[in-house]
Amino acid sequence: MSAATTTLVPFEDVLATYDPALGLEVHVELNSATKMFCGCPTEFGADPNTQVCPTCLGLPGAMPAVNRKAVESAIRIGLALNCEIAEWCRFARKNYFYPDMPKNFQTSQYDEPIAFEGWMDVTVPTEDGEVETYRVEIERAHMEEDTGKSLHVGTSGRIHGADYSLVDYNRAGIPLIEIVTKPIVGAGARAPEVAKAYVAQLRDLIVALGVSDARMDQGSIRADVNLSLAPKGSGVLGTRTETKNVNSLRSVERAVRHEMQRHAAILGGGGSILQETRHWHEDTGVTTSGREKSDAEDYRYFPEPDLVPVAPSREWVEELRGTLPENPTQRRARLQAEWGYSDLEMRDTVGAGALTLVEETIAAGTSPAAARKWWLSELARRANDAGVELPALGVTPTQVAAVQALVEGGSINDKLARQVFDGLIAGEGTPEEVVEKRGLAIVSDEGALSEAVDDAIAANPDVAAKIRDGKVAAAGALIGAVMKQMRGQADAGRVRELILEKLGS
Amino acid sequence: MSAGQDWTTRTAAELADALAAGEVTSVELTQAHLDRIAAVDGSAIEGVHAFLHVDAEGALAAARASDERRAAGSPATFLDGVPIAVKDVLTTEGMPTTCGSRILEGWVPPYDATVVARLRAAGLPILGKTNMDEFAMGSSTEHSAYGPTRNPWDLERVPGGSGGGSAAAVAAYEAPLALGTDTGGSIRQPGAVTGTVGVKPTYGGVSRYGLVAMANSLDQVGPVTRTVLDAALLHELVGGHDPRDSTSVDQPLPDLVGAARKGATGDLSGLRVGVVTELQGEGYQAGVQARFTESLDLLVAAGAEVVEVSCPQFVHALAAYYVLMPSEASSNLAKFDAMRYGLRVLPEGVPDPSAEEVMRATRDAGFGDEVKRRIILGTYALSSGYYDAYYGQAQKVRTLISRDFEAAFAQVDVLVSPTSPTTAFRLGEKLDDPLAMYLNDLATIPANLAGVPGISVPAGLAEEDGLPVGFQVLAPALADDRLYRVGAALEAALHARWGGPLTPPELPAGLDRREGASA
Repeated sequence: MSAATTTLVPFEDVLATYDPALGLEVHVELNSATKMFCGCPTEFGADPNTQVCPTCLGLPGAMPAVNRKAVESAIRIGLALNCEIAEWCRFARKNYFYPDMPKNFQTSQYDEPIAFEGWMDVTVPTEDGEVETYRVEIERAHMEEDTGKSLHVGTSGRIHGADYSLVDYNRAGIPLIEIVTKPIVGAGARAPEVAKAYVAQLRDLIVALGVSDARMDQGSIRADVNLSLAPKGSGVLGTRTETKNVNSLRSVERAVRHEMQRHAAILGGGGSILQETRHWHEDTGVTTSGREKSDAEDYRYFPEPDLVPVAPSREWVEELRGTLPENPTQRRARLQAEWGYSDLEMRDTVGAGALTLVEETIAAGTSPAAARKWWLSELARRANDAGVELPALGVTPTQVAAVQALVEGGSINDKLARQVFDGLIAGEGTPEEVVEKRGLAIVSDEGALSEAVDDAIAANPDVAAKIRDGKVAAAGALIGAVMKQMRGQADAGRVRELILEKLGS
Repeated sequence: MSAGQDWTTRTAAELADALAAGEVTSVELTQAHLDRIAAVDGSAIEGVHAFLHVDAEGALAAARASDERRAAGSPATFLDGVPIAVKDVLTTEGMPTTCGSRILEGWVPPYDATVVARLRAAGLPILGKTNMDEFAMGSSTEHSAYGPTRNPWDLERVPGGSGGGSAAAVAAYEAPLALGTDTGGSIRQPGAVTGTVGVKPTYGGVSRYGLVAMANSLDQVGPVTRTVLDAALLHELVGGHDPRDSTSVDQPLPDLVGAARKGATGDLSGLRVGVVTELQGEGYQAGVQARFTESLDLLVAAGAEVVEVSCPQFVHALAAYYVLMPSEASSNLAKFDAMRYGLRVLPEGVPDPSAEEVMRATRDAGFGDEVKRRIILGTYALSSGYYDAYYGQAQKVRTLISRDFEAAFAQVDVLVSPTSPTTAFRLGEKLDDPLAMYLNDLATIPANLAGVPGISVPAGLAEEDGLPVGFQVLAPALADDRLYRVGAALEAALHARWGGPLTPPELPAGLDRREGASA
């Protein structure tokens, strides 16, 4: 019964028998200065229970008041997702008991979301270098408050088996927007990629809107992945599972793939899928059963009587529509033209999630080619090795621009630049400080360089003779020897000049 | 009669005048009321038992500060220095707030309700917190976990509820003023049966921030006093917009004190008064009906035109109320889970209890039967599959009741009825019959459902039992001034007839006051 004992079905075999249907619920933590229903600050990382008040602690008698900035962000997200914006909507109480929820109900929206009926076009590259577009239909985007954070102290780290639990209510009441898709069908083998691309594009959109820090690693964007399988060609929807808190783009793709294979194994063995919540395990790449949803919690939703309806005027909505950033497709076309990238280069840049990083690096003064080189060849590889998203690597566009400026100024070369990135990732300071601390600057002391060239000539008389005879290509061996002696901290071009000078070629 | 007792029988307006004239200090007034409390309030065992907590030290400190302001020639408000009692459902920083429940025993809120903050800013010393039915659920104050309050008119009888403590404290001269809260009649019905004035303002007229909610869409904070003018003074002081309460009305209050003074001249010419057909007759005690009719005659004599108005949907008000109120209450009371404050009970015989087991044990031990009854009712009414039939249907009834009010107020300026169908009943008489208890609020509930304001004014004593009867006036939303005009006119006419206000019998004094003693 448990995931561990289920033998997964090979991915290709899943597709031979079943059609997958996806559904994504993405929670976006807004970056408003204050909480959804009170004036407490929302800054990440403060000491536990220091950003709380009677309202977000749910003390008896305290009342909520809606944060207008959060409503504004919700409307802008809705508009960017091509949604209708409600003329009138209410908050509702979602009732259930949990220690990290101060009131034992969550103030959320139920049947009257602020935004509904939208869509987003998601692009996925194909093997032949083309781009395929899937239209993901958005069912709703609604406002709600976050819960507190439980810390289960004990060996297990989970609630079961904990010695005791602590709750930090700093997060309680932080505004969230939950964006729910309609079932995404027809993606077939591309389902895992479509899921990932949707979340990635949604994240880019959120970043462009400036409404959230959009850091999956800090939980400011959290994805729940719903998946079901139906017999191939049946056109129906099967029973779904909901995999909670999938916290990286890569994991979104892996979780979908895993659930497809797991569902197929259970269905193929004559079993049926239990409608339940599942937990994603990043380390092992599997899901395990969470609480069952079938013995259904009845949330007893009813309209929140302490709040008045939210009724955004049409004038306000249109005003907010005017503040939307250009849509991702337009933006890509514009940037590609500006940068002179080929289609392939552009696709790689987007695919690596580096579009904004490259854009900001170029804005900091780096050439489009150099920006692409560093982000795509060097830093993307490191992010992949470290298993993190590119933005979470710890290197900023400003730093990349500074490194490239050092290269262009002749203080370091490309090879040394890689060591500078090591230093940046290790948190050793600015690029200049890393160069200084690690002693990476190219030696421009002509005396030392000249000495090293003399040593190399003396040590390789046969090579020197060939060069004297006019075989200039042989200089490479001497350059290598000099660079080795200088531990790479020399300008190879200058070394070459010196060798040729001294050997009279 | 001691000098102290002399001050306690004055109205708040008289006390404010005496303070302004330098005839008395706030410390003297406050001490006089503390002495009166010490003499007659007693405990759960005997006496009035209007207070759950008396804050002598805090009240006297506030009184000293008031006297200093006045000596410096800068009193904060007209009522600066006049002491007040506060229902224990309103949060008071540094002073226990129990809502009459074991589950909040010992909880000291870290913040003031907006109305309490306004009292403090206005310079009113807070004498203490008054007894109430647990979480304001009841019509007799017998559902207090700390023992009942007794009616100063007859200590064998209930003072009404849920705000029996505030009403009894004012009736027994333990406080000149008090704040109450009214969800289905909890200010007006106790006012009626204790011979005091009680006002439920327009929904949104007074901030609810810091009022521990029973039913958020019905609750309102309001004044409990011995005269209509005092109620207007207190209403103006605590009322008005509060950004912390989203449902509070963002516009200035009407001139309530002016309306009360105008009404006291006794001229109601041009006023159209509607007697609600559905709020009289069967179920209404004869003596209550007689006093009501007599008051109507006085209104006519003052120049008002009296007509009968039918509000046919009012007959469904009680049923709708007993769906909506428990629905909201069931959700509001979920927060009492032993995790953050208040009572924590560990389940017996469970070695290593989970959070859920602690929640269950605490709620089982901490809530009384009436509270549990309403949590169960509300949880059921909101459950999926029943929601439309109960909560949804009750909301429709609520809309229809609002329409009845609209139609009625198109014909008349105010509506009137007896406040409560009966005078005060005996302690224990209806405790085992929840439905009979609920019927006490038959005439007061429609106003809460529609959000309109209402006042109960003492209309004399019923022939058969000599106990106070209340006369209710209802006005359209935001027209609270009409309550004060009509109420003050009626009060003036009745006082002229009686030769002054009604006075309850002398109470036994010198009781042993034991803080928190329970029955």
